[in-house]
Amino acid sequence: MKPWRNLLLFGIAFSAAALAQQPRLVDPLRGQTPLAEEPRPPVLYNTENKDLRRERAYTMQPPTIPHKIDGYQLDKRANRCLFCHNRDRIGETQAIPLSITHYMDRDGNVRAAISPRRYFCTTCHVVQTEARPLVDNDFLDVDTVLKRTGGARTPAERIPAQ
Amino acid sequence: MKDFLARYWRILRRPPRHLSFGVIILVSFSAGIIFWGAFNTALEFTNTESFCIGCHEMRDNVYAELRDTIHFTNRSGVRAKCSDCHVPHDWTHKIARKMQASKEVWGKIFGTIDTPEKFQNKRLELAMREWTRMKANNSLECRNCHGYEYMDFTRQSPRAQRAHSTFLETRTYTCIDCHKGIAHRLPDMSQVPLWNPSIPPEVRPGASRPEAPEKEPL
Ligand code: HEC
Ligand code: HEC
Ligand code: HEC
Ligand code: HEC
Ligand code: HEC
Ligand code: HEC
Repeated sequence: MKPWRNLLLFGIAFSAAALAQQPRLVDPLRGQTPLAEEPRPPVLYNTENKDLRRERAYTMQPPTIPHKIDGYQLDKRANRCLFCHNRDRIGETQAIPLSITHYMDRDGNVRAAISPRRYFCTTCHVVQTEARPLVDNDFLDVDTVLKRTGGARTPAERIPAQ
Repeated sequence: MKDFLARYWRILRRPPRHLSFGVIILVSFSAGIIFWGAFNTALEFTNTESFCIGCHEMRDNVYAELRDTIHFTNRSGVRAKCSDCHVPHDWTHKIARKMQASKEVWGKIFGTIDTPEKFQNKRLELAMREWTRMKANNSLECRNCHGYEYMDFTRQSPRAQRAHSTFLETRTYTCIDCHKGIAHRLPDMSQVPLWNPSIPPEVRPGASRPEAPEKEPL
């Protein structure tokens, strides 16, 4: 019986060693810091407040916010964003009005007031920073993809010939 | 007792026999200064933040919220205390504000806002009082620190520039019209002008309302 037991013990020890050899799971937010220690927080990037709109990568992308929103209250009592972006306020504030999708319910009916599902702006819209992305991004916008596949056609080409 | 009072009244009424006019003037003058000073010191104490947050109504709600804002902690370490925004530095205003403050002692005794729920229910009313006061004095407290004349628009963000150079310039709005909630969380704003399309905005009397400005090219 004894040799068998030894073999079993050896097997367990071996697989434990093999497991330890595997690359350690690295949490991209924690980095290499061991669990018991506190990582040094990364530098906070300043929010851009230049009022310069960025291009959108695809047609239904929620545009990034070209101004800072520090301290803007956004709860059921007050919505600071609508203080400037509401239909009746844009004359004075010169903010960009909400597009019509913000007034649509899920059946596509256009309502007079903003749709409840669009009330909390920051679920979709984020501020702009010069931060480095945490993970690589190989997103290609539709024009690039079309160009690659040779399928790009100008709007004029898309009009059917008479 | 009556005799006693009468006797002292006679002494008080008697013209002084041994004191010169000069001494009397001097003594009353210095007594005046001392009383004035003591009065002032007492007022000074009521201006400190520790006095204000001595009441849990002030500490747990508004003070706790102020701690997250730019007027409590910021890059340069200059901060605003309660009294910078709530008690005008100007002497006459100071007294007037203190008389109003007695109402708060009343409120403390009768517990008008002594639970978070009561505070939230009353918050709009309290905030309205502050807004009315600041609107009436053209946001004097803000201007004690932020001088419009000294604002360098070229250093401000384009949004701030545009707002300040149009609506502040023409006195259409004053600071508090646009910067409500700068120091604390806002109450339910659905009944406040500019926050609800169906309520017409209040414009300062005598102010000219500019046309919506042309959007500057970016
Ligand atoms: C003080 C007025 C004001 C407030 C408050 C405000 N905005 Fe804006 N916003 C503007 C103005 C003005 C623009 C136009 C570009 C510029 O000048 O920054 C703008 C632009 C934007 C854009 C860019 C739209 C586009 O097509 O690129 C988004 C998105 C936006 N704001 C979202 C928000 C959100 C979300 C909030 C609340 C957290 C908010 N804004 C609060 C004034 C405001
Ligand atoms: C469910 C996600 C979502 C929420 C919530 C949302 N938006 Fe948007 N927003 C979008 C998308 C997507 C677009 C771009 C496509 C479009 O215009 O519909 C957009 C576009 C915009 C634009 C640009 C409109 C234009 O014509 O260029 C503004 C300004 C804007 N949003 C502001 C806001 C504000 C302010 C709020 C909060 C009251 C808000 N959004 C809430 C998704 C959202
Ligand atoms: C005795 C406890 C107490 C102290 C000390 C106190 N408060 Fe208050 N405060 C209250 C109560 C209670 C109310 C609500 C009054 C009401 O119900 O009308 C109030 C209301 C207010 C309001 C609302 C506006 C108004 O006119 O009603 C402001 C602003 C305010 N306090 C600021 C201050 C400041 C600034 C200080 C320090 C100088 C201070 N308080 C010290 C208890 C206190
Ligand atoms: C930067 C200026 C500023 C400072 C500093 C400040 N407040 Fe206020 N406070 C305001 C304004 C403005 C209002 C009006 C309501 C609003 O816009 O949020 C207000 C409202 C209040 C109210 C009425 C209830 C409410 O929230 O609307 C109370 C009570 C109050 N302040 C107490 C205090 C106390 C206590 C302190 C010190 C810990 C303090 N405030 C510091 C500007 C300030
Ligand atoms: C005790 C002086 C003082 C008073 C009173 C005061 N402020 Fe300020 N405020 C400051 C300082 C200092 C800063 C800048 C902090 C920094 O950026 O380092 C500031 C910043 C601001 C900002 C910029 C916020 C941002 O996000 O950049 C606004 C807006 C503002 N104050 C509005 C007001 C209003 C409205 C009032 C009146 C209710 C007021 N202040 C009263 C000292 C004051
Ligand atoms: C017509 C509305 C309006 C009025 C009136 C107004 N402001 Fe502003 N203010 C703004 C807007 C919009 C911004 C930029 C957005 C933000 O910071 O929320 C701003 C930004 C600021 C800033 C930060 C500057 C920066 O570059 O970010 C300060 C400080 C300030 N205001 C102080 C004041 C003071 C003090 C008064 C009264 C003398 C005042 N404001 C009156 C709309 C106004």
